[in-house]
Amino acid sequence: MAAEPLVAASAADAPFSVSAGPVLSLRGIVKSFPGVKALQGVELDLYPGQVTALIGENGAGKSTLVKLLTGVHQPDEGEIRVGGRVARFPTAAAAAAEGVTAIHQETVLFDELSVAENIFLGHAPLNRFGLIDWPRMRREAREILARIGADLDPDAPLKDLGIASKHLVAIARALSVEARVVIMDEPTAALSHKEIGELYELVERLKAQGKAILFISHKFDEIFRIADRYAVFRDGGMVGAGLMSEIDERRLVEMMVGRAMDSIFPVRTPQIGEEILSVSGYSHPTEFADVSFTLRRGEILGFYGLVGAGRSELMQALFGISRPSAGICRIAGEERSPRSPAEAVEAGLVYAPEDRGLQGAVRALPIFQNLTLPSLGRISRAGLLRKAEEFALTRHYAERLDLRAASLDQPLGLLSGGNQQKVVIGKWLATQPKIIILDEPTKGVDVGSKAAVHEFMAELAAEGLAVIMVSSEIPEILGMSDRVIVMREGRMVGEYPRAGLTPEILVRAAAGIGAGGAS
Amino acid sequence: MSALLKRREFLLFLAILLLILLVRARFPSFGSPANLAAIFHDSAILIILALGQMAVILTRCVDLSVAANLALTGMATAMLNAALPGIPVGLLLLFAAGMGMALGAFNGILVWKLALPSIVVTLGTMTIYRGSIFLLSGGAWVNAHQMSPAFKAFPREVVLGLPVLSWIAIAAIAVFVLLIGRTALGRAFHAVGGDEHAAVYTGISVGRTRFWAFTINGGLAGLCGYLWVSRYAVAYTEVAQGFELDVIAACVIGGISIAGGMGTVAGALLGAFFLGAIKNALPVAGISPFWQMAISGAAILLAVAFNARAERRKGRIILKSAQSAAPVIQSSGAAS
Repeated sequence: MAAEPLVAASAADAPFSVSAGPVLSLRGIVKSFPGVKALQGVELDLYPGQVTALIGENGAGKSTLVKLLTGVHQPDEGEIRVGGRVARFPTAAAAAAEGVTAIHQETVLFDELSVAENIFLGHAPLNRFGLIDWPRMRREAREILARIGADLDPDAPLKDLGIASKHLVAIARALSVEARVVIMDEPTAALSHKEIGELYELVERLKAQGKAILFISHKFDEIFRIADRYAVFRDGGMVGAGLMSEIDERRLVEMMVGRAMDSIFPVRTPQIGEEILSVSGYSHPTEFADVSFTLRRGEILGFYGLVGAGRSELMQALFGISRPSAGICRIAGEERSPRSPAEAVEAGLVYAPEDRGLQGAVRALPIFQNLTLPSLGRISRAGLLRKAEEFALTRHYAERLDLRAASLDQPLGLLSGGNQQKVVIGKWLATQPKIIILDEPTKGVDVGSKAAVHEFMAELAAEGLAVIMVSSEIPEILGMSDRVIVMREGRMVGEYPRAGLTPEILVRAAAGIGAGGAS
Repeated sequence: MSALLKRREFLLFLAILLLILLVRARFPSFGSPANLAAIFHDSAILIILALGQMAVILTRCVDLSVAANLALTGMATAMLNAALPGIPVGLLLLFAAGMGMALGAFNGILVWKLALPSIVVTLGTMTIYRGSIFLLSGGAWVNAHQMSPAFKAFPREVVLGLPVLSWIAIAAIAVFVLLIGRTALGRAFHAVGGDEHAAVYTGISVGRTRFWAFTINGGLAGLCGYLWVSRYAVAYTEVAQGFELDVIAACVIGGISIAGGMGTVAGALLGAFFLGAIKNALPVAGISPFWQMAISGAAILLAVAFNARAERRKGRIILKSAQSAAPVIQSSGAAS
């Protein structure tokens, strides 16, 4: 990245100085849902040409706020001012007309349509017959794409694009309506390191164009990297706001959780036992090649790498979801390369996937059914499930994991992300595995539940379970692992003991020497 | 949610009760225990097929070929009986169920191994099975006089106050209560339909689970093939033409979600019984059979609307817990 302007400098250089009034202000916003006050007395100002980071644990009210600003919900009390005038957003179209647009975490786009159609869907330029003016739409799409530095063909079907490019289309779509305020809801969650860098550049560009940006993120490094201001939410209220240059990470975390957190990671003295897993020469035709490592009882082995480095694909192959083209996997000395997840579970190797919503759990099923799903054989007699044992098993793990739920009959989908993750981990522990692979175990999980998941991981290792943790968060890797393997472009590029390991080493290894852009 | 589901089935139960009471007010003979037993007997085949179809729909598939399977198996069984009248009914039952299972398994294999959408697969096999009846019989009917007396009498034989056909339906209900509620396969039906990816990552084979749903459904269709031709004492190419839609309608009315993963045995049973009750009530009340269709259709729409409303209410509960729509946010970016 060539330009890495400091916060203050960029604000001063920008055509819109700090002294300019807020383009959007919220005053005394209250929003209740039956039984719960989601927002109580929220005050927030967004300034042109500045990035305001919105920080808070899940459930703090961030998403509700986004929904108020985009016309999905209406506030019960309080007012929204745009450019000093009181504005109402009864519909999404009304919000867009006031120049407030949002880029959602899960981009809402249409795979079968072209880039240009996606950008202009709902407000396509019309010709004098009231039909879509295709040449103009293509031209304007090209202009907008150029403005954000996106090298995309307006006629390309969206389904041919990668996630990062789809994000660019979503941003172009947001800009196609003359946005004054751009809301970005965890925009980097699905992006790789390089793509995140490009997104930052884009944010700088939008700032220079005078847009006010509301940037929602869980990642502190990124907040400190690009935000000018911060606003911290807790329990539906704003607990602090100000300039990023006047705050540090520690204070922000304190504000978020409402208590001081000295150490987010549990202190452990690893008791490393005998070798339980040995992988040699594992290869896949397209995803990874020649991966060899060993794992011991009581050990937490971290896998670090950029998104797309092949870590999840490797783990999925070990779990039997896909087949390796070569290589041997030994579990407890026996040679067994699982050919299906059922075989892996049988061999004592389990995998909690990265995307809980898509892969980890059946949200419509009750908690207890999710938890016992892989253990049904064990709680059956003569082919029939025994309900009492099923509940006993669920209760046992719910207590062990400190699960927060109204009842074990509740559909899993109603739980918070952290609690869903606990159920996913619990369901695997109930199979009494030897090895557990946790793929991004705290992704999308709020700070409080994160600590609980880390604590629990440490306990598991202490009990002699071998843990593989795939993570893209350096603090988590450094805080939890006994040993770290770094992958890049499908290959192992380094293996390090925890002692003496620094973020720089990891970043350089993951990005490839020379190209290493320390963030 | 189970409370919600229970309530949905309870409402359907009330609707049936109301229907019976309304007709009974005018025609007191309707709704007597003997009459209800007759309606149950009359609905038995629909109930059995609705149970099988439920298993398939739970896995987020649909089987359009059940009625063709029923007709083909029925024809084969009737021809077997006509050719070799000495074969005991027990063996014929096994033959019918086995042949139906094979036809169902064929659907299952195609859905599993070729990963084709079930609606397309079963649309194809429906046509194949229906056409095979003609190939098998040359278009000829198997009439009552060609069937052995035992063949025709079996479903009607009264045991402990109920005909065998009703007992078979009751047995099917009992087996399904255990299968769906108390076995790993039943749980797998729900898991596969509820979230295919999550099922894979839990070590459940989606294809194999669906294969078994189709095979079980096929077996029941085959069994019903014999029951049908023996009950009506005739087999021909167009037997049960379009009946698959009645079966699916019974499931939908019973609250089995077409989107998979949601539904109960009680729902399928009540849905089928509801259609049976309407079919029996209207002639008693002197209403044209064409009204039957309109009422069945309206019942389907009502059931779907009601289910959709239930879904929406579920959404409201998520907001109520005010995790700020946490489940949506936490599913986070579609990574990889």
